[in-house]
Amino acid sequence: MIFHITVLLVFQLVGEVISRALFPVLPGPVLGMVLLLAAMALIPRLATAIKETATGLLGHLSLLFVPAGVGVIGHMDLLVAHGVAIFAALVLSTVLAIAVGALVFTGVAKAMGLADD
Amino acid sequence: MTDVWQLWTYLSQGPLLWLTLTLVAYVAADRISLLANRAPLANPVLLAVIMLAVTLWVTGTPYAVYFEGAQFVHFLLGPATVALAVPLYFNLGRVRKALVPMLAALLAGSTTAIAVALGVGYALGLEMEPLLSLAPKSATAPVAMGVSERIGGAPALTAVLVLLTGVIGAIVATPLLNLLRLRDWRARGFAVGVAAHGIGTARAFQVNETAGAFSGIGMGLNAILTAVLAPLAASLF
Repeated sequence: MIFHITVLLVFQLVGEVISRALFPVLPGPVLGMVLLLAAMALIPRLATAIKETATGLLGHLSLLFVPAGVGVIGHMDLLVAHGVAIFAALVLSTVLAIAVGALVFTGVAKAMGLADD
Repeated sequence: MTDVWQLWTYLSQGPLLWLTLTLVAYVAADRISLLANRAPLANPVLLAVIMLAVTLWVTGTPYAVYFEGAQFVHFLLGPATVALAVPLYFNLGRVRKALVPMLAALLAGSTTAIAVALGVGYALGLEMEPLLSLAPKSATAPVAMGVSERIGGAPALTAVLVLLTGVIGAIVATPLLNLLRLRDWRARGFAVGVAAHGIGTARAFQVNETAGAFSGIGMGLNAILTAVLAPLAASLF
């Protein structure tokens, strides 16, 4: 367990360093994810070792957004100031983006004959 | 009575109380969500946030004091993002096979999110700063806030918009995709990750493991694409 957490943190740290030095646009954890994927491709044993901890953490991903979410409640005035317009933009863009994304994925997959296994 | 008051003063200033209450609120919210058969409206993030916000309001606790305790949970967002590589690794064969549909859906979903947000906001007369703050809101928070700052938005407002986008996406995804009769878990998960980042991904993991894995990829890829597309779209205004 401690080893697994250490692996995740080491990759986050390396990702953070690379982000600061080379790609300030991408956050350290996203780069850490890419690096961990490459490492597991090279050392498959690493993947089986950390699988349980990673799955456990991701199974409760919702929890990790709670503190930031509570902070948002305190900033609702920012949102209320811009009224219905901003809320309408949020809802419509999110609904349409999900629908268009999923339809395009399915359409292209079907056209190419790529059913899921 | 003074004893109780002293105990409260002591506990409410340390991290233990608010860390514990964050976990208690989440466990309760997760139970409610499970009892509701994972109904989209019983979203555990939303429920836990409401419980805690009410608690802070009733006890007159400032957010900074709350965050002293909650920061330990918040910190785990980083390692959890790194951990998304694991389901990605175990689905690598399927991901490789679906590479073209994924890239097409990424481009379509990301463009739609940015264009519709800007278009609707503009049509409804939003001022420039809130309008630009909207552009990157489908990307994960650190990316969205960075982009917002560069294009002349307000990062604090973008943070609020990112979180709401996640909650909206997590709530609408299941009924919307059922309505469209889409049954491919890869497509469902991926589209939600692109449009509603980590909170959408958390929902996807709740519903189906394949959807979760593909949602994580969608989130990661859209973090990159939004950093490119949002400034381009913003330059039109």
